[in-house]
Amino acid sequence: MAAVTLTINGKPVSAPAGATVLEAAQDAGIRIPTLCHLEGVYDVGACRLCLLEVAGSNKLLPACTTKVAEGMEVWTDTERLRKYRRMTLELLFAERNHVCSVCVSNGNCELQTLAYEAGMDHVRYPYQHPQLEIDQTHPLFGMDHNRCILCTRCVRVCWHIEGAGTKNVAGRGAECRIITDLNQPWGESETCTNCGKCVMACPTGALYYKGVSNGEMRHDRHKLEFIVTAREEKQWIA
Amino acid sequence: MDRLKLATVWLGGCSGCHMSFLDLDEFLVELAQRVEVVYSPLVDRKEYPEGVDVCLIEGAVANTDHVELLERIRRCTRVMVSFGDCAVTGNVTAMRNQLGPRNAELALKRAYVECAQEHPGIPHAEGIVPPLLSRVMPVHEVVPVEHYLPGCPPPADRIRAVLTALLEGRAPALEGAQLKFG
Amino acid sequence: MDLNQLLAIKEKELASRRPYTLRCCTAAGCLSAGGDQVKKRLEQAVAELGLSDQVEVRGVGCLRLCCQGPLVHVDPVNELYQKVAPETARQLLERIRGGTVSLETADLHHPFFTKQLSIVLANSGVVDPERIESYIAADGYRALHDALLEMEPRDVIQAIATSGLRGRGGAGFPTGLKWSTVAKSPGTRKYVVCNADEGDPGAFMDRSVLESDPHSVLEGMAIAAYAVGADQGYIYVRAEYPLAIRRLRLAIEQARRLGILGSGIFGSPLNFNVELRIGAGAFVCGEETALMASIEGRRGTPRPRPPFPAESGLWGCPTLINNVETFANVPAIIRNGAEWFASIGTEKSKGTKVFALAGKVKNTGLIEVPMGTTLRTIVEEMGGGAPGGARIKAVQTGGPSGGCVPAELMDVEVDYESLTRLGSIMGSGGMIVMDETTDMVDVARFFMEFCKDESCGKCIPCRAGTVQMHGLLTRILEGKGTTRDLALLEELCDMVKHTSLCGLGQTAPNPVLSTLRFFRQEYERRLKPDRPVHPVALAAGR
Repeated sequence: MAAVTLTINGKPVSAPAGATVLEAAQDAGIRIPTLCHLEGVYDVGACRLCLLEVAGSNKLLPACTTKVAEGMEVWTDTERLRKYRRMTLELLFAERNHVCSVCVSNGNCELQTLAYEAGMDHVRYPYQHPQLEIDQTHPLFGMDHNRCILCTRCVRVCWHIEGAGTKNVAGRGAECRIITDLNQPWGESETCTNCGKCVMACPTGALYYKGVSNGEMRHDRHKLEFIVTAREEKQWIA
Repeated sequence: MDRLKLATVWLGGCSGCHMSFLDLDEFLVELAQRVEVVYSPLVDRKEYPEGVDVCLIEGAVANTDHVELLERIRRCTRVMVSFGDCAVTGNVTAMRNQLGPRNAELALKRAYVECAQEHPGIPHAEGIVPPLLSRVMPVHEVVPVEHYLPGCPPPADRIRAVLTALLEGRAPALEGAQLKFG
Repeated sequence: MDLNQLLAIKEKELASRRPYTLRCCTAAGCLSAGGDQVKKRLEQAVAELGLSDQVEVRGVGCLRLCCQGPLVHVDPVNELYQKVAPETARQLLERIRGGTVSLETADLHHPFFTKQLSIVLANSGVVDPERIESYIAADGYRALHDALLEMEPRDVIQAIATSGLRGRGGAGFPTGLKWSTVAKSPGTRKYVVCNADEGDPGAFMDRSVLESDPHSVLEGMAIAAYAVGADQGYIYVRAEYPLAIRRLRLAIEQARRLGILGSGIFGSPLNFNVELRIGAGAFVCGEETALMASIEGRRGTPRPRPPFPAESGLWGCPTLINNVETFANVPAIIRNGAEWFASIGTEKSKGTKVFALAGKVKNTGLIEVPMGTTLRTIVEEMGGGAPGGARIKAVQTGGPSGGCVPAELMDVEVDYESLTRLGSIMGSGGMIVMDETTDMVDVARFFMEFCKDESCGKCIPCRAGTVQMHGLLTRILEGKGTTRDLALLEELCDMVKHTSLCGLGQTAPNPVLSTLRFFRQEYERRLKPDRPVHPVALAAGR
């Protein structure tokens, strides 16, 4: 496959044609913050954290869905992008009830980590404090909508890695909810295979193994990576 | 050189941040030489004084007394620091907001009626027991603050970093994992 | 079906015409005022009075002056009767017998009518939208025939490009360029999609076109299908338009029966079928990628572009998506020539634009004017100004994605570029007039509430940003906001505009930005001072 060269933050980088800017950056050791992106499932460009400035484009483009092009000039970490990223994170924290101190994923949460990396020391927008449910009906797993950021990683692994199609999104705007089957309690789902991939994929404390307490949740992302590697590269290595 | 006038206040929180403050251990001795603690749950003073240099505020804003005190603190204080997650985010204290518009009433009922072992009843004493606000807020929603010191509680080294900077007349510059909530 | 058969239908239809025609508006506006009853009574009366060989009572599409419905146009005396009640309708037959009637007539010499130029709406109010013969009598499907038999696909695209037609959905992308991109995109299967998910508050242009002249849209789509090489079309129409849906279904059925849709149309190699897809009430499905997801049976949420639909659309195939009004322009361009169309309008915006004129204006209804007509002409002359002589304050165009043009700038000529320069957009054609009693902060909050409720929830800036902007606007409106809140609002406007995934989020701040630009004092006079900061803290530059 042909390769193209581009510059990321002024640094010359080469990448195979057809690669995304995110892949090119990762390959070159340049970190771009992401939240909805997950290795092994298709990208949706929804969280807007990986937005880039691209010379010649008046729009900001998401690194996860933008393909590299010859001579492309990309900036990933400008002052403007940093400001927007922090605002995006502030909006997420104000939207639902992300109370880190009493969260199962405290200390093991991508949202929490991104927030402090972005220098978010407080949230300027009023917290919305919505009344949200916790679904504890599944024998193995729980779903706490208070912690959900609607990244849809769980939906995508459920459909495209497990192939069960249990998880989906219902509602509009702030009323969006991750649902199981036709919006019934998870424990009553007839399609859920209990595989737990959604729990592995979740970036926050929204999906967890039952029985974990404050800060105890580990998402076992390596198991997901194992499956993806096996599927894509036919190699059974972790 | 005059010692820095330091105040600490305890609003709607668990006092864990103050406990963490006490975890400063031997730095407390050094601190005692460089600051004068003019108002704090740890010292006996009824009125928040004027001319305070630095005030650490623990806890979220949950009742009318808190609002009143914050107004006074803001008038009398040069540098206000939201101290710990409750002050910065509302944290656990603000979780009653999730109960909807009747959250204050429901929380009181739960605490003083449903869980009461004897004499159930919501305490009322005009002028003594301050009414709860209908919505718990972080401090900066009520008055502007200069600095934020997150953590539940903030670990002692984080507190030390902020105080050291303020003692040296610098703006604290917490970064990375030092800004972690929870 | 061949040309002779088409002409035979036309001849037969024209031969069946009576000396008098009562054209009764049966579009949704007049129907809601009882237009169907008026038509029914007229038909009864004609039968009773034995006037069937003298008078034709024809249900037609929109007669424009919606606020005065039900409307009945009497030919050949050329009189438009307004507010016709079922009880009084019979009087119109007296008029035909030479008597006088006491019904109100509209002034057809009023600028509301005389300043209009009908291309898209040429058949609206003239043909019976429920009979294909009526459309054929008005030279309907002749353009399709000529395109198929006398033009190569590239000639058709060239004609559309030369005409200067631009997308009427709001963004104004050159239609010819879009067609040529789809035509050139490799793929054995291609689609043509008509976006009829009109959702802007106060906008009813597309509904009126579909209710009044559905065949013109089908004809436009078929010509497009020929030009780009598609064999399947979809019309995505919102469920809130039951009459439009019914008439479209009827039109498709009739066209199929005559072989104007289907296989080997007019003996050419073109196979083209059209199916309806009914939207379930999501505003975001007017966004093309969300619309396609919905047609495919998935949740209607947008996806990042590129790839654009022209390259990868429905089921990954090259797909042409145009709006109702865009397609409705096509037959006229093919019939009358690209140069004719290009001679109308301004340098960069050709042809006409249909607007739904509504709000604080005397004459509300449907208008079609040449591009370049000034807002003042539309609002003051055609619309007759605000009722009761109130001062007009602003005109809102483009719905929740648009902005407010203040009264002092109403001399602007309406085209894509000039409205964009003023911080508004052409949009799909909703035009809401506001008088001096209108509170601009409230207007901004209204549109923000709309966007907040209609956000699909996929991307964070739109989903959560609109909630916060709505909250800040509410605070300011209630007099609880501070200068800090206004600063937060402006910062959020900038962020949501530049970081949202699709057009809904990217344009959601527009009503705020536009009212801030021209009516900032209405925000500022509501602000209360920020809480005092310690003077020393202030001195320290904090």
